Amino acid sequence: MAGPEIERMVQLLARLPGLGPRSARRAALFLIKRRDSLLEPLGRAIAETLDRVRACSVCGNLDSADPCAICADSRRDETMLCVVEDVASLWALERSGAFRGRYHVLGGVLSALEGVGPEDLGIPGLVQRVAAGPVREVILALSATVDGQTTAHYIVDRLAGASLRLTGLAHGVPVGGELDYLDEGTISAALAARRPM
Amino acid sequence: MNWDDDAIVLAVRRHGESGVIASLLTATHGRHSGLVRGGAGKAKRGVLQPGNAVRAAWKARLAEHLGLLSCELIHPHAAAAMDDATRLACLASACAVAEAALPERQPHPAAYAGLAALLESLPGEAWPSIYVHWELAVLRELGFGLDLGRCAATGVSDGLAFVSPKTGRAVSASAGEPWRDKLLKLPAFLVTGGVGGASEVVEGLALTGFFLEKNAFDKPTPPARTRFVDRLRA
Repeated sequence: MAGPEIERMVQLLARLPGLGPRSARRAALFLIKRRDSLLEPLGRAIAETLDRVRACSVCGNLDSADPCAICADSRRDETMLCVVEDVASLWALERSGAFRGRYHVLGGVLSALEGVGPEDLGIPGLVQRVAAGPVREVILALSATVDGQTTAHYIVDRLAGASLRLTGLAHGVPVGGELDYLDEGTISAALAARRPM
Repeated sequence: MNWDDDAIVLAVRRHGESGVIASLLTATHGRHSGLVRGGAGKAKRGVLQPGNAVRAAWKARLAEHLGLLSCELIHPHAAAAMDDATRLACLASACAVAEAALPERQPHPAAYAGLAALLESLPGEAWPSIYVHWELAVLRELGFGLDLGRCAATGVSDGLAFVSPKTGRAVSASAGEPWRDKLLKLPAFLVTGGVGGASEVVEGLALTGFFLEKNAFDKPTPPARTRFVDRLRA
């Protein structure tokens, strides 16, 4: 069978999302066969990421610069702050290109089951940031789940004294969605959030 | 082994990349867990929100196995409560209390019926009192029911105002007056069975919370319940 280095590589690859032991073995073989074109650049990229990428001390985004490129961009609207659960949510919003303000990454949501309390999240940092900066609107872009909305309501309570606009993302029919295929919860939320046309 | 039952989703834990282990409070099979394949996917995530009423089907080769669950949404209580902070806190607290207090795989039909009634009542106004009544019912189901019918000291059934923290029995205002600092307050609506005011509900939650912590919870009180009580106090 394979040597200990390859076995170690397979074990580590198998811990990545979407990969099991068999697919990790295939990926390892694929990389080894493309030593110059893939394995070596990938190893270098991983080493550089390990060396340079850090969480932004302002918003919690991941970047090689601190503050991150978004926080350092003077063209972005610093009066609008979008609160997201994690960096994946931030990237999703950035992909949409619909938001040109700043972000704050919480690092999770309140969860009784997982034992995540307010002190485990970036909520104190958010309160400080809102108190210190020129923020006029905070958009709570959190999951439409019980934990996500519990966190949103908790943040609303914490920011209640500040003179700013607190908004949340709409819940309802997705673009391209057909009512027949939507669950009853989404349809209820969409009806409750109906708007004049 | 397999069964079909009405159930309420209490909690969901990730299991692997796409699966979840869902904990349900069922009508006739008690609190029951099972693996939901694809439960973390977007098609099933909305169904498996705490508080949602579902029709659950469980199957396993042996009764003691974790088994596979499939759930069909009956009523989306979670989505209906999401825009209201206090109602959502109530829903989260009820699910966390049921998850923490009820033993697995022991039928507790009264606890299920009470939780279903509480969730149905959330759009109305009486739900805070119904919540306190439900926690009393959970204590009763677990064998730690409070005796609120008559005074433990004098036997009278009028003027009950306190509960002994040691025995869980009611004490009348006159008999309990010398020890009022050591006794728990008994709001009137828990004796009459009606609806209480905001301060009475908070007193009722302090009462049920004391006995739940003493008798029902292995761990500290679930944070969701603490947040709910804090929200009602504010």
